[in-house]
Amino acid sequence: MKVVVSIKRVVDHNIRVRPKADGSDVDTANLKMSINPFDEHAVEEAVRLKEAGVVSEVVAVTIGHAQHQDVLRHALAMGADRAILIDGDADLSSRATAKVLLAIAQREQPDLFLLGKQAIDADAAETGQMLAALWNVGQGTFASRIVINGGKALVTREVDGGQETVELALPAVVTADLRLNEPRYLKLPNLMQAKKKPLETLSLAELGVDTSSHLQLVKVEEPPARAPGIKVASVQELVEKLRHDARISL
Amino acid sequence: MSTLVIAEHDEQRVRASTRSAITAAAVSGDAIDVLVAGENISAVAEQIARLKGVRRVRVADDAAYARPLAENLAPLITGIAGEYQAIVSAATSFGKNLLPRVAALLDTDMVSEVTAIIDSTTFVRPIYAGHLNATVRNTAPLKIFTVRATAFEPAIEDEATAVIEPLAAGETSSLARWVSSEIQKSERPELSTARVVISGGRSLGSAEKFQQLLAPLANRLNAAIGATRAAVDAGIAPNEYQVGQTGTVVAPDLYIAVGVSGATQHIAGIKDSRVIVAINHDPDAQIFQWADYGLVADLFESVTELEKSLTH
Repeated sequence: MKVVVSIKRVVDHNIRVRPKADGSDVDTANLKMSINPFDEHAVEEAVRLKEAGVVSEVVAVTIGHAQHQDVLRHALAMGADRAILIDGDADLSSRATAKVLLAIAQREQPDLFLLGKQAIDADAAETGQMLAALWNVGQGTFASRIVINGGKALVTREVDGGQETVELALPAVVTADLRLNEPRYLKLPNLMQAKKKPLETLSLAELGVDTSSHLQLVKVEEPPARAPGIKVASVQELVEKLRHDARISL
Repeated sequence: MSTLVIAEHDEQRVRASTRSAITAAAVSGDAIDVLVAGENISAVAEQIARLKGVRRVRVADDAAYARPLAENLAPLITGIAGEYQAIVSAATSFGKNLLPRVAALLDTDMVSEVTAIIDSTTFVRPIYAGHLNATVRNTAPLKIFTVRATAFEPAIEDEATAVIEPLAAGETSSLARWVSSEIQKSERPELSTARVVISGGRSLGSAEKFQQLLAPLANRLNAAIGATRAAVDAGIAPNEYQVGQTGTVVAPDLYIAVGVSGATQHIAGIKDSRVIVAINHDPDAQIFQWADYGLVADLFESVTELEKSLTH
């Protein structure tokens, strides 16, 4: 059984981003970049399935340029067997990304396609569902548990108010939530080994995918700041302030 | 032309977030149809028909929709999408699971978690955990978007009643099968739309203490109870309580954070609250930078005192 995991290179989650001076986009110049945290959970799950003997091959894929190889090497160091860099603009719309990943799905014919539930830059949470639709397979979004059994995937999903479990025919698309697993720490020998693993580059043109989008970014800005607050000395003062200054009916 | 809102329900009641989606759909000024799919859902359809702004309720009452599987619901929606210029739902786990599948089937980009609608083609949505707002123009002929429920007032009932019409079931698939659900039934308001939310952090120590301390105050204020990711991961609070970038986003009139440190991903889920109160024993806690009213005090004594002072 084969798993493909798609990953995205994003601004590290500890970095505070700002708009460009002209407000045309996010200023990501010279910022520390990392593998999208949700995608790291997806890679971890794929590698665990391999370690459990359920999966025989894990392929990591990303869209980007030469500098995006670092997140593929990260996935290889975690235990992926090989990687594919699709040479192209990493900031495609979710739909365009899903089309590129569909081309990979058709080329690689995996039994399971794993992604993070969302990327922490755009926070859209769309790509996995779109890939599942285009590929005409089932989708297990926001997954906290995956069990592969008898050619099916039993996926527990984090939904509003609790959890839901669905059974998907394979192949299927599953998107990882944070509680799916705890990603491993990388050790130096893993990173050294990862350098020897195969990394193939494909061009968008080779895949023949139309990546045009209906969406245009008009501007990026910081949301209005909250007015500074005050410290109160007692519960009594808090209740007073809430009732009289904040006009909350308690 | 008109707008289609996809309703979410628990078979008895339409969710409050769907009422917010109806308000968002009404911004365009176009007529609003609401699609409600499920099994034995006439009561839900009647509730929706009474909501302000709704022209028609289309009811797909069929065993195939007893569970909201995107694999079955998406073809039902694409089958009638040609009648609409916009398709909207709330950005709940239901809407976020379903609408991207619909959009891809229609070969259309979509806009998720909209917090403001500038005009019929221009939308504002948070990015980078809410640190930035992006304004996006959608040039697709059919606008598909999900809205953050906290950004739009829930549609209220009015005198007029909308037409209720049956909609034939679409094709169903064998790609996915519902197995089980564990949904916590609660008498409290829904977390995402509650007017008051009380959240606890890991420093509350245990699941028993968490409930003992927060439940009486929540009862008194008719509040929803939330928690930080740290509290959930530590097993102090159930998953569905999680407030933040990866949990539920809230924007109540009053948010009371008890023993919450104020991690970035938690702040992302609360910063649009009207009034934020933080109670923490650590005077240097990050949460105080976001709080309108901060109280440095023992959590247990102050929350108990707050509950008592409101009761008398």
